[in-house]
Amino acid sequence: MPKITNRTSSFAIRSYIAVLSARFRTLLQYRAAAFAGFGTQLFWGLIRVMIFEAFYRSTTAPQPMTADEVITYIWLGQAFLVLIPYQGADPDVRAMVRSGNVVYELVRPTNLYFFWYSRAIAQRTAPGVFRALPMFITASLFFNLQMPPSFSATCAWLVSMLFAVLISAAITNLLTIALLWTISGEGLGVLLSSLTWLFSGIIIPLLFFPDWAQATLNILPFRYIMDIPFRFYMGHISPEQIWYHLPFQIAYVIALITAGHLILTRGIRRLVAQGG
Amino acid sequence: MTNALRLYIHYLSQSVRSQMQYRASFIMLSFGHFLTTGIEFLAIASLFARFKHIQGWTLPEVALLYGLINISFAFADAASRGFDIFGTLVKSGDFDRLLLRPRSTALQLAGHELTLRRVGRLLQGIAVFSWASYTLDIAWSVPKIYLVFIAIFGGACLFIGLMVIQATIAFWTTESLELMNTMTYGGVETAQYPLPIYRIWFRKFFTYIVPLACVNYLPALAILERGDPMGFPIALQWVAPLICVIFLIVALQIWKIGVRHYRSTGS
Repeated sequence: MPKITNRTSSFAIRSYIAVLSARFRTLLQYRAAAFAGFGTQLFWGLIRVMIFEAFYRSTTAPQPMTADEVITYIWLGQAFLVLIPYQGADPDVRAMVRSGNVVYELVRPTNLYFFWYSRAIAQRTAPGVFRALPMFITASLFFNLQMPPSFSATCAWLVSMLFAVLISAAITNLLTIALLWTISGEGLGVLLSSLTWLFSGIIIPLLFFPDWAQATLNILPFRYIMDIPFRFYMGHISPEQIWYHLPFQIAYVIALITAGHLILTRGIRRLVAQGG
Repeated sequence: MTNALRLYIHYLSQSVRSQMQYRASFIMLSFGHFLTTGIEFLAIASLFARFKHIQGWTLPEVALLYGLINISFAFADAASRGFDIFGTLVKSGDFDRLLLRPRSTALQLAGHELTLRRVGRLLQGIAVFSWASYTLDIAWSVPKIYLVFIAIFGGACLFIGLMVIQATIAFWTTESLELMNTMTYGGVETAQYPLPIYRIWFRKFFTYIVPLACVNYLPALAILERGDPMGFPIALQWVAPLICVIFLIVALQIWKIGVRHYRSTGS
């Protein structure tokens, strides 16, 4: 990496913020898709809620969460579904890899990793704007989504959500970088996004997985995308615990960014552009 | 008719050959699908480990529902890719080319691509179904095997019909509506559990408007020899899946209306 003086680094940061906000505003244009998405998520949430209600009607044995907590958890998952990179990599980069135009990305006077990372952050947040808010209002009015129990729980939730975005965007960026390996990259991408899907908590709250699986789930970064932030929201984890979880979230962000950076450097080195 | 069928088979074999050019990619994507749907089933199993049963239905019984609906959906999903991407064909104007050819548009779209990587879901559905059948120790008789076949066939017809309707909407909106995914993917999710666990309006929707219950819950009752708390006549359990064939025929008629309505975007 070239030596960065103070002035150029502040310029660099400003340019990444510009990329992020441009991408964010572009993605905000898809309002019809957002409303359709809201309808879809509402339907999914209802199915999940009905299934869990039926399970709770069928047992009196104590469960890791109460029925009300699970319902709130489900609606939060639907409201923030966009945090999960289930549609994989950056679609624009995918098209560029197909056409070969990706080489133009290399001549930009910015760090390519952070250039793509800024776009990934926009991708993991912008589509949520028109989904999360209507979902919050609808689900809290009609479907028993509860509010955080205290102000400190709200704060802990917001802090961990911020890092959830950074972790999720770093995973999205890994998927994008994997595209440089075209065919095998696509397969690995499917695998990584399935892992995120399964172990973030969107399918079932992680505490419902068997006890023997908990130790593994606890060391994976995926739970910091949904499970941990949601449990802060509900007060299921006490707000002071943020001082325990925050260092892990920060460490995962750094680790994922470092790994992505290394992989991208290797990917660029083996990149062969075909003229024409 | 035989000519159309021969052409359809030809389309499919071309599609298979082109996908086999990228064998590594095919294997990895299928494996990915297998793993995703597989672990999703493990999530269901974890819930049963904690709750034991859902309104009297045990895990193996629910697994039978799960296996049936996933097998049907895998077939439908592999066969209807053309309808799935129809929105982009309308947007780009490529649909015009299909209209020029002396064959029905539905046939051409159906033969657009046989998405082989869906085999992951198929294998997973078969695995879960076999496990359920083994655990429940089902005595397979000819009528029961018949039920499994028409349930899968009817289910595939239902999902293809839904995707045809989804594509038909694109004639008016020039965009595929994500909202229709609630009927297809949402239908699969719904049918993985017995219908009586849901609220009444929801059951009615998936019985009378989208006849999902006919290809899954009702035949499964007959296979498991369970009583029906919803009180449908027993005879219905044996013919219900055929209602979905009618559903597909109706969907194709709506499609024809859509084609007549079509105006190219001109791009």
